[in-house]
Amino acid sequence: MISKEDSPTTTRAPEGGARVPKGKRRAGDVIFAGGAQGSGILILAILAGVAAFLVIQSFDSLMANTANFFTTSEWDPNVREEPAFGVAALAFGTVLAAAIALLIATPVAIGIALFIVYYAPRRVAAVLGYVVDLLAAIPSVVYGLWGIGWLVVELGPFYQILEEYLGFIPLFAGPISTTGRTMLSAGIVLAVMILPIITAMSRDVFQQVPQAHREAALALGATRWEMIRMAVIPFGRPGIIGGAMLGLGRALGETMAVAMILSPSLVISWFLLQSGNQTIAAHIALQYPEATGYGVSALIAAGLVLFAITLVVNMAARFVVSRRKEFS
Amino acid sequence: MAKRIDVSGLHVYYGDFLAVEDVSMTIEPRSVTAFIGSSGCGKSTFLRTLNRMHEVTPGARVQGKVMLDDQDIYAPDVDPVAVRREIGMVFQRPNPFPTMSIYDNVIAGAKLNNKRLSKSEADDLVERSLRGANLWDEVKDRLGKPGAGLSGGQQQRLCIARAIAVEPAVLLMDEPCSALDPISTLAIEDLISKLKESYTIVIVTHNMQQAARVSDVTAFFNLAGTGKPGKLIEMGETNKIFTKPEKKETENYITGRFG
Ligand SMILES: Nc1ncnc2c1ncn2[C@@H]1O[C@H](COP(=O)(O)OP(=O)(O)OP(=O)(O)O)[C@@H](O)[C@H]1O
Ligand SMILES: [Mg+2]
Repeated sequence: MISKEDSPTTTRAPEGGARVPKGKRRAGDVIFAGGAQGSGILILAILAGVAAFLVIQSFDSLMANTANFFTTSEWDPNVREEPAFGVAALAFGTVLAAAIALLIATPVAIGIALFIVYYAPRRVAAVLGYVVDLLAAIPSVVYGLWGIGWLVVELGPFYQILEEYLGFIPLFAGPISTTGRTMLSAGIVLAVMILPIITAMSRDVFQQVPQAHREAALALGATRWEMIRMAVIPFGRPGIIGGAMLGLGRALGETMAVAMILSPSLVISWFLLQSGNQTIAAHIALQYPEATGYGVSALIAAGLVLFAITLVVNMAARFVVSRRKEFS
Repeated sequence: MAKRIDVSGLHVYYGDFLAVEDVSMTIEPRSVTAFIGSSGCGKSTFLRTLNRMHEVTPGARVQGKVMLDDQDIYAPDVDPVAVRREIGMVFQRPNPFPTMSIYDNVIAGAKLNNKRLSKSEADDLVERSLRGANLWDEVKDRLGKPGAGLSGGQQQRLCIARAIAVEPAVLLMDEPCSALDPISTLAIEDLISKLKESYTIVIVTHNMQQAARVSDVTAFFNLAGTGKPGKLIEMGETNKIFTKPEKKETENYITGRFG
């Protein structure tokens, strides 16, 4: 089919593109369009397939569940006759860890990106940019090892100070965990992991700020920092938000680092310096090898919730990033 | 408060490249001075050294002296930021901040100087500046709308409003009408004639009629040759430059004969 169309097109081509009848589709276009369309459909099919798998596989346990799946924190899917489990604590832990990571990483990432684009000497900027890209490539197990073997220990004194001075805020109330395997530690490690994505996205938009806008600010008598506040950050905001959303997506789904650092318990706890909480991803990773009976199906149900949370976040990111187009 | 600019022996370099050589001139307050000359002869380069905007370009540097009344703007203890608050600039392409409303665009610079601008002071300033830029009547009902939504000519007048809102002594304009249609150009020219009552105005233009229409004094720049630096050839009353120039080069340029 394609080869039939192909030969007349190629023989006619030298006579000039204008002679090709309007509406005639060239072989290359057809192949490319077909390929692109196919890939698009494939992606959708995979997405739908995963969703269908999750729904079907979790169906059994959700039907047998005697507790409310969304409001229960316990995880006892294998109690005979009345399995009871829910994602309340897990979903809470997942969102909390990601939120902490985002809260720490975003300002730092913006700072690094601004430094790279507007303050650092060219050579330093190049090295820094390289290091940031490198950070993104480190596997999460390594982050986990680093977190548990070094960070958690080093952060001990810092946690003590936090508790001492900010302990009146429930978030930082004691008694602080002696092992340091807390939500805050997990959040900090996640923050380091998502830092590169947010930095890279912010750096890209900061570099795109038109010279005209920067000069407009400077000509009004803005200092460099005022120029950044006036022209650069507002212009780059959609990109920063997009980067933050992508980082959030990664933080939500991160398994290894959290599983290694957090000492889990299935409660909803706001005490960041005490052990407790758990995330969906880490829970699945830790429980799956030993899951039997309804256990497997229940974990898949938890996975479905994570899938939904991630999907929502990513769609939000797409939405925000696409809105940028009006500005450029 | 319009101020006089006094330039003596100014050289401008981009790295090792001498772009403008040995310019000396006096720009009188409450007048319009036009810079004319062929492309690449250093008009923009020279203009930007008058408020130290050239320092934004890596490698650009000057030798010589620029006095604003009796203050040397290149003295070691002078902050370029302070210089730019006194000597405002309007660019070739209108460049309102795209993320800001018309209102916020106008007070953007004023806010830098005075962080605690009260609402009523800000309202006054916005109205005064927009009236000053002959734009008030066209935008008074949509001050909250984005500045980028205006026409090119309106955007340029918005940029002028933004520049005069900081109450500078001098306004530098680098081909402010070259991206505009004839009607908008006329609107800006009218505005320039009005602004010269309170400011010192310097305008770069490629449009001879424009220079003849709006300026009191005209400075003609030219290249000594390809790869050579730009120079100030002749400066004088606009009338005289356009009718009885002293130099042959000037005459050739304004009559359209090059070479
Ligand atoms: N950022 C820069 N780096 C290096 N050289 C530059 C830079 N900007 C301008 N030049 C050079 O300086 C000289 C003067 O340029 P300038 O832009 O001042 O000319 P101009 O008179 O404003 O021209 P036009 O009428 O086209 O705007 C030119 O030779 C130009 O190539
Ligand atoms: Mg120019």
